[in-house]
Amino acid sequence: MSKYSKNINKKQIRIALRNCGIIDPEIIEEYIARDGYHALGEVLTRQTPEETIELMKASGLRGRGGAGFPAGLKWDFARKNEADQKYVVCNADEGDPGAFMDRSILEGDPHSVLEAMAIVGRCIGSDMGYIYIRAEYPLAIARLKIAIEQAREYGLLGKDILGSGFNFDIDLKYGAGAFVCGEETALIHSMEGERGEPTLKPPFPAESGYMGKPTNVNNVETLANVPVIILKGAEWFSSIGTESSKGTKVFALAGKINNVGLIEVPMGTTLREVIFEIGGGIKDGKKFKAAQTGGPSGGCLTEKHLDTPIDYENLVANGSMMGSGGMIVMDEDDCMVSIARFYLDFTVEESCGKCAPCRIGNKRLHELLQRICEGKGEESDLVRLRNLGEVIKDTSLCGLGQSSPNPVLSTMDNFPEEYLSHVVDKKCTSGVCTDLLEYFIVEENCIGCTACARACPVGCISGERKEPHLINPDTCIKCGACMEKCKFDAVILK
Amino acid sequence: MSLVKLTIDGNKVEVPAGTTIYKAAKQLDIDIPILCYMDLKDLNIENKPGGCRICSVEVEGRRNLAPSCSTAVAEDMLVRTNSMRVINARRTVMELILSDHPKDCLSCAKAGNCDLQDMAVLLGIREIPGQEYAEMSTYRLDTSPSIIRDLDKCIMCRRCETMCNDFQTVGALHAVNRGFEAVVAPAFEMNLEHSPCTYCGQCVAVCPTGALTEVDHTGKVIAALNDPTKTVVVQTAPAVRAALGEEFGMEPGTRVTGQMVTALKQLGFDYVFDTDFAADLTIMEEGTELLGRLKRHLEGDESVQLPILTSCCPGWVNFFEYNYPDLKDVPSTARSPQQMFGAIAKTYFADKIEVDRKDMVVISIMPCLAKKYECQRDEFSVDGNPDVDFSISTRELAHLIKQANMDLNKLEEDDFDAPLGESSGAAVIFGATGGVIEAATRTAYELQTGKTLEKVDFKQLRGMEGIRSATVDFDGLDINIGIAHGLGNARKLLDEVKAGKSKYHAIEVMACPGGCIGGGGQPLHHGDASILKARTKAIYKEDEGKTIRKSHENPYILKLYDEFLGEPLSEKAHELLHTHYFDKRKKIFQV
Repeated sequence: MSKYSKNINKKQIRIALRNCGIIDPEIIEEYIARDGYHALGEVLTRQTPEETIELMKASGLRGRGGAGFPAGLKWDFARKNEADQKYVVCNADEGDPGAFMDRSILEGDPHSVLEAMAIVGRCIGSDMGYIYIRAEYPLAIARLKIAIEQAREYGLLGKDILGSGFNFDIDLKYGAGAFVCGEETALIHSMEGERGEPTLKPPFPAESGYMGKPTNVNNVETLANVPVIILKGAEWFSSIGTESSKGTKVFALAGKINNVGLIEVPMGTTLREVIFEIGGGIKDGKKFKAAQTGGPSGGCLTEKHLDTPIDYENLVANGSMMGSGGMIVMDEDDCMVSIARFYLDFTVEESCGKCAPCRIGNKRLHELLQRICEGKGEESDLVRLRNLGEVIKDTSLCGLGQSSPNPVLSTMDNFPEEYLSHVVDKKCTSGVCTDLLEYFIVEENCIGCTACARACPVGCISGERKEPHLINPDTCIKCGACMEKCKFDAVILK
Repeated sequence: MSLVKLTIDGNKVEVPAGTTIYKAAKQLDIDIPILCYMDLKDLNIENKPGGCRICSVEVEGRRNLAPSCSTAVAEDMLVRTNSMRVINARRTVMELILSDHPKDCLSCAKAGNCDLQDMAVLLGIREIPGQEYAEMSTYRLDTSPSIIRDLDKCIMCRRCETMCNDFQTVGALHAVNRGFEAVVAPAFEMNLEHSPCTYCGQCVAVCPTGALTEVDHTGKVIAALNDPTKTVVVQTAPAVRAALGEEFGMEPGTRVTGQMVTALKQLGFDYVFDTDFAADLTIMEEGTELLGRLKRHLEGDESVQLPILTSCCPGWVNFFEYNYPDLKDVPSTARSPQQMFGAIAKTYFADKIEVDRKDMVVISIMPCLAKKYECQRDEFSVDGNPDVDFSISTRELAHLIKQANMDLNKLEEDDFDAPLGESSGAAVIFGATGGVIEAATRTAYELQTGKTLEKVDFKQLRGMEGIRSATVDFDGLDINIGIAHGLGNARKLLDEVKAGKSKYHAIEVMACPGGCIGGGGQPLHHGDASILKARTKAIYKEDEGKTIRKSHENPYILKLYDEFLGEPLSEKAHELLHTHYFDKRKKIFQV
């Protein structure tokens, strides 16, 4: 019997991923056969832009890129700003470590995004769309190019689409893969050929975006939902999910879990359902410890959160966030201090360097965590860690800095004892922080040959010949000579 | 404009919609600390990247703190600028900035004049937590002929970028790299020397720390004065006298010409001369050149290049050599006053006092950093001996005077030495935008018309607007004059010239805001444009007080032509007082 339980599909509803793995993404007819471009036709021929926007508002679709801003409202802002030119931008700068839902949609169902962009264009009054995609996604780029070409051939992009008089075309803009370029103002600067760094909002892109023109930026997954909502209606969509978060969310399950990969579940599914039913539980029967959601901007959820329905509000209330939907599961062998350091490593690397708290603050957070992992931390460092984290959140310019301390703060909140044991006892209970490990002689294996005691440069190993020996941890300098000399695997690190 | 009511620290205030919290607080005399923010009001230059976050304030109902420099007020907004949340955040951010800043204030060029230092004092920072294990971001030191970039001291305020890109449109500096490694640098991280940098020094003038400073030559001055085999000659530019006093606590706009001469004599310079003398010479050459071109133009010669562009500003010369090399025949070929002075000092004057040019050191005191580069140009030396040995800024001169235990406030006034110390009022106004062209007009008018000007003040040429134009009636002949200060403004006029659409006969360009009085080597004005206005006023005041106010009436100039040069644009004049320009575009980004 496969380890994949039958539950793996039971709890899932596929909207954004509806065609992935089912159609050939390079053949437009296959997309059309599954109701592709029908929504565009509907919007162009049977609805006014206002009606479509109202429908989107009623559906309750919120941005899947992180912040969860209502999509219909966003379109409405862009529509209401008069201009001679407006732009539709698809944010395909997926950058969370371990997250690949946007990539899967673009590779598996590129037309769903193109169709949605044309619908947005119709709604806000734009005839040009751009997909900002990281150059590290060559397959997605190739398939998008094919899809755009095919859609043009079919008259689904270009001039006078479906005889409606509506013109819309799409082009690609490549990003160099900076995480911060997922932030919409940074993304727009990057598109313009400027340095990819965020600027203050307001002005929002809906007022002044690409080339100073009103611009609507939506993420790939958000867009992939759009055609289905148009066809099946707002009521259908809003019947899925929770009070404030409608529809489904794609998560990239990773870490110490049996079934890794992409899943799409209704908003409000609990962490327990995701991990233990769909995910098939923790690998090797180990104990669940935490799940990091929202990538480097998110926080850790623990056992006490297992039955909390997952939606935008609940995640934030519990010190994490939806982010783009990365979900990394950790078991008892994971050290939470190391995990926090790992994410900080990422944000230090990906900060644009524009504002001081993010540029320098994250570096200092990382240094503090590094010291704690090396056993050099002090209790006062924990106070500093928290203050720094809170000030960085409070003062940073963009979403990156405003959320980068989350992994630290949430692990400190949920696992205070782990931080304390690192700084007070100088112990890493999970055994991950090697600097905190001690050399130890296993009594059963030791035959008392004295080889280790003779090799020890500081004389910290005691014991009678042919009796089990003992290492004094207070004087041990952790040189490892004893372990090297022992032929009976009696010296271990613990 | 509609008004918005809000409350800041319990005080109600009403301000126009769109006002920032920072400015609204100012109305209540609440000074929110700022670091990266810079507002050069009268020049329309505002730098507000919202990067330092020092000015953060608490706004009720807002999740995080708001940068007051760039957050607009809203109706009924409740702002706290001094809550403990704000004070703690500000201190913590300041500690962060300092944790990545060298602590070598003792030998830093900006010590005592550093915004970062002032902020540390204001916030009472006594220690920086974790400094002992905090990694510092480092970057290679970049030394050019004029400017030193020590990016270890850069706090990413981006003021230099605003000046270089938005105001000057030079585009030499931009943020590169990311995160902790982010710095401001030329494209491809080249050194300044291989960038389109014009050395105007406006980046230095606004840098809040010691990240951008001038190349200091005060040590060289002391060495020259200490060398008994050298005859040391000094020349001082017109704008220096209008600003030097500020370094000694005087009100902006205080003229210290006489005191400066005394100080220079006490320092031991053998001859204290005036660049103004050479400015008069410039007018003779450039004015004659203008009239020559005009004459050919009126005679129907279509090959003649009009408008003529002034060429006394070395930042401007660098700018067109990089950006408009195809127009390099358009500017006047007249050298700048600094270089004319050097050429005359090391020929005419050296002969007079029978000193070999190799034993003469000519030092210039300039409001400018580009002058340091200009005097190093190959074409301004004879057998490797430069006409001007080196140039120091107004700030450097102030340091020298202070080192010599002198207080400018307490010095008697003295006169420049003869013969290269005498000048007309026309030369003095070279220091302010519009001054060169006004000086040229005074002379060109009389030479062209043969009439004597009744009124020498051409007020229509003065002012602070970035681009100005005026038409002067040359006795029936309308001469159209354009004036630009700031290279971004110059670019606009140049683009017209390039497109063949310029209506002007002559254009004056100064690279720096306000002209030389706002030069990169002047005492720091810290964004206060009223200081620039006060300096301008001082310059025109000195002009008014002069008995001779037209360059062609300066008797020493007439004597120089009589004894040595012959006439303007003579062969000798061409050899010593004129130059040619280069296409520098090829030099950019080539190592």
